[in-house]
Amino acid sequence: MPIELAHFALILALMLAAAQAWFGLAGPALRNERWQATAPFAACGQFVFVALSVGLLIHAFIDNDFSVKYVAENSNSALPLFYRVTAMWGAHEGSMLLWILVLSLWTLALVSRLRTLPPSFGARAIGVLGIISFGFLLFTLLTSNPFTRLIPAVPDGNDLNPVLQDPAFAVHPPILYMGYVGFSVSFALACAAMIEGRRDQLWAHWIRPWAVMAWAFLSCGIALGSWWAYYELGWGGFWFWDPVENASFMPWLAGTALIHSLAVTDKRGLFKSWTLLLAVSAFSLSLLGTFLVRSGVLVSVHSFAADPTRGVFILAFLVVMIGGALVLYAWRAPLMKSAAGFDFISRESFLLFNNILLAIATAVVFGGTLAPLIADTLKLGTLSVGPPYFNPSFLVPAVPLLALVALGMHTRWKRGGLGTARRPVLIAFGVALVLGLALSLGVYMHPLPLTPVGAVVGCWIILAALIDPVARLLRRQRVPANVLGMSVAHIGLGIFALGITFVQSNTIERDIALKPGQSTQLGEYVFQYLGGGDVEGPNYEGYRGKVSVTRHGQTVATLFPEKRHYWVQGTVQTTAAIDPGLSRDLLASLGDDVGAGAWSLRVQYRPLIRFVWIGALIMAIGGTISVIGRRERSAVGERSTSQSAAENRA
Amino acid sequence: MTRFLLPLAFFALLLVVLVVGLKHAPDKSLIPSPLIGKSAPAFTLSSLFDPRESVSARDLGGRWSLVNVWGTWCVECRAEHPELLQIKQQGLVPIIGIDWKDNDDDAQAWLSQLGNPYDRVGADRDGRVAIDWGVYGAPETFLISPAGKVVHKKIGAMTADVWQREFLPLIQAATTR
Repeated sequence: MPIELAHFALILALMLAAAQAWFGLAGPALRNERWQATAPFAACGQFVFVALSVGLLIHAFIDNDFSVKYVAENSNSALPLFYRVTAMWGAHEGSMLLWILVLSLWTLALVSRLRTLPPSFGARAIGVLGIISFGFLLFTLLTSNPFTRLIPAVPDGNDLNPVLQDPAFAVHPPILYMGYVGFSVSFALACAAMIEGRRDQLWAHWIRPWAVMAWAFLSCGIALGSWWAYYELGWGGFWFWDPVENASFMPWLAGTALIHSLAVTDKRGLFKSWTLLLAVSAFSLSLLGTFLVRSGVLVSVHSFAADPTRGVFILAFLVVMIGGALVLYAWRAPLMKSAAGFDFISRESFLLFNNILLAIATAVVFGGTLAPLIADTLKLGTLSVGPPYFNPSFLVPAVPLLALVALGMHTRWKRGGLGTARRPVLIAFGVALVLGLALSLGVYMHPLPLTPVGAVVGCWIILAALIDPVARLLRRQRVPANVLGMSVAHIGLGIFALGITFVQSNTIERDIALKPGQSTQLGEYVFQYLGGGDVEGPNYEGYRGKVSVTRHGQTVATLFPEKRHYWVQGTVQTTAAIDPGLSRDLLASLGDDVGAGAWSLRVQYRPLIRFVWIGALIMAIGGTISVIGRRERSAVGERSTSQSAAENRA
Repeated sequence: MTRFLLPLAFFALLLVVLVVGLKHAPDKSLIPSPLIGKSAPAFTLSSLFDPRESVSARDLGGRWSLVNVWGTWCVECRAEHPELLQIKQQGLVPIIGIDWKDNDDDAQAWLSQLGNPYDRVGADRDGRVAIDWGVYGAPETFLISPAGKVVHKKIGAMTADVWQREFLPLIQAATTR
């Protein structure tokens, strides 16, 4: 199949995106119902041509068509078929195409749910999504075309970056983009609400499932990325505060604030303008992240090949999208007045604290990420910001945020107080206090000052989240999906907090040179180096060491860390050997051959590290449950939204 | 009312930072070679065509020359090959090739097929010499002065534009002085 066909399909998609934007926005504005009804069809057509374009590019990879420059630069005939498919998103150009595909998938999802929205409102949202699509399609076609030919063709390609030759690379970018890009839907719906100047709060009800779904995908995507970095890079770290990681973490924090603020606006009609601002911010931070990653303004391990013309284009696009939305906000938000009030101690006030603390957390990450640029602007010289800034600063909002979760979940709306939940919440706190202190002082000793706090708070959140579903089950009542979803997500948060607490305070790692037969002790574990030998893979050769781990004289694990040399790109990569476990991970990775048969090794013991990813995954599952359950509810009952909202309040 | 303009004002400030960042972005991708102004690193490699002959730092110096690091596995090297042939035709400077982490048969076939722009080619089979030269990735081209000093380094493909704007002026400025 000629790659020109894919190029052509993408140009058609661009034109359909323009049609989608025009009909979606001009249709309702000019009260032209036929135009308005055309927008969804343009969106479907756009999806078809984007998908065709992606399919043809993947085909060129499978086919080893090295006359396509992008294929020649990112694939090789010795590369296994599976990685030839995933190599499609292995570099800037293809990953932009994936970005666009994901955006058109979300648009398609919104189109399929249009009947739940007023026609003009839905059309406007589709129109806003059309502008975003148009911008990114134009960007790809003008500055990042993956369909350029390489003439003359090369006999073989340059191979995919070895770090990306991993099964996690098949799922991490698509899921991460589903989250990242997914906030475009809540952005578009918020813009539609502002364009219409709606004074009610129904828009919050409509945005909620989209924001929660995008948030769930993003949680999952970030967790996957962290897990992948952990085992692939072999340093044992799972979060590096790298600018690119921060670029995905900022929308997550803003998105977390958004889904909580949406709950207040939906149920109580409060925080309207703040919620709109968060909906705009979450996606704006996604766009900003795209700019930071792809323009070369920040130095990062994840950076794509930098090209200033791309930076200029995305910057112009940021001005149009974010600037436009904020102008709209300045114009329309004053209309959105909140009439109702609430007590100082009420669900509303807790959610307000939640939002303030999450906003501070976002600002901490934002400031740290952009600090090198700000210093550059103010001519303060070069500045490098890393974990020494982020770790302590982030704790400032994070600790109170987590400490308030258990109370916030059970405080009543409006009237204030904990009501009947008072006793179980206090009992949960008592149990958590005992458990947390036992864990941090008894089981895992040598705590940091904050370890007992983290342990108690983590346990408290989990126990408090269980109260509601357990009470309902004891009374033989059904647990509604929104209650279940919220409980599950908060249980995930508690597990996550426990994981972070103990992996930070009780990890032991050591760099040491060992000859075969020599060993080193980490806590209760003894790591013994047993020598090694050469290995050969399909597109690499390397050295594989053997390390046995014993505890109290019994063998627990045998680890085979590798150091690989990939022929084509000439890169060397260390692959850590990990013995995973729910309670601890044991790691060994190879450093260098230091001569006389000895190798430098890095060995690590990391307690509860799995809790970090499992917790994030459970949070994502919780979000998904609440969205799916909501769909059932609206399909089953004919109740109006205000009635079901009143019911939720009870 | 004004509080609703605050986000916009904040965004405007952010834009200033981003524009400045973008202006300075190209400097960050420039990786200055610590070798510039210093003597070319010593090396001795066996010739690609005849293992008994050697290619070494003594082939540099006494006149202007280029050192080009390449490999048959490198896509950009193929892209720059015609330009290297052009430079050879001009006859201004000889090009010394360092065939980096390559298979000798592939490299010989490549040169007989596409033409040989090099005066001499050393085979750096294990990549040791490239490390001494601080090579980040093929292709890279170094300009060596008659005094045997590294004058300029280009990471990435040599193009007519790069040759005329970055390399030629350096040679001409020195020879007309």
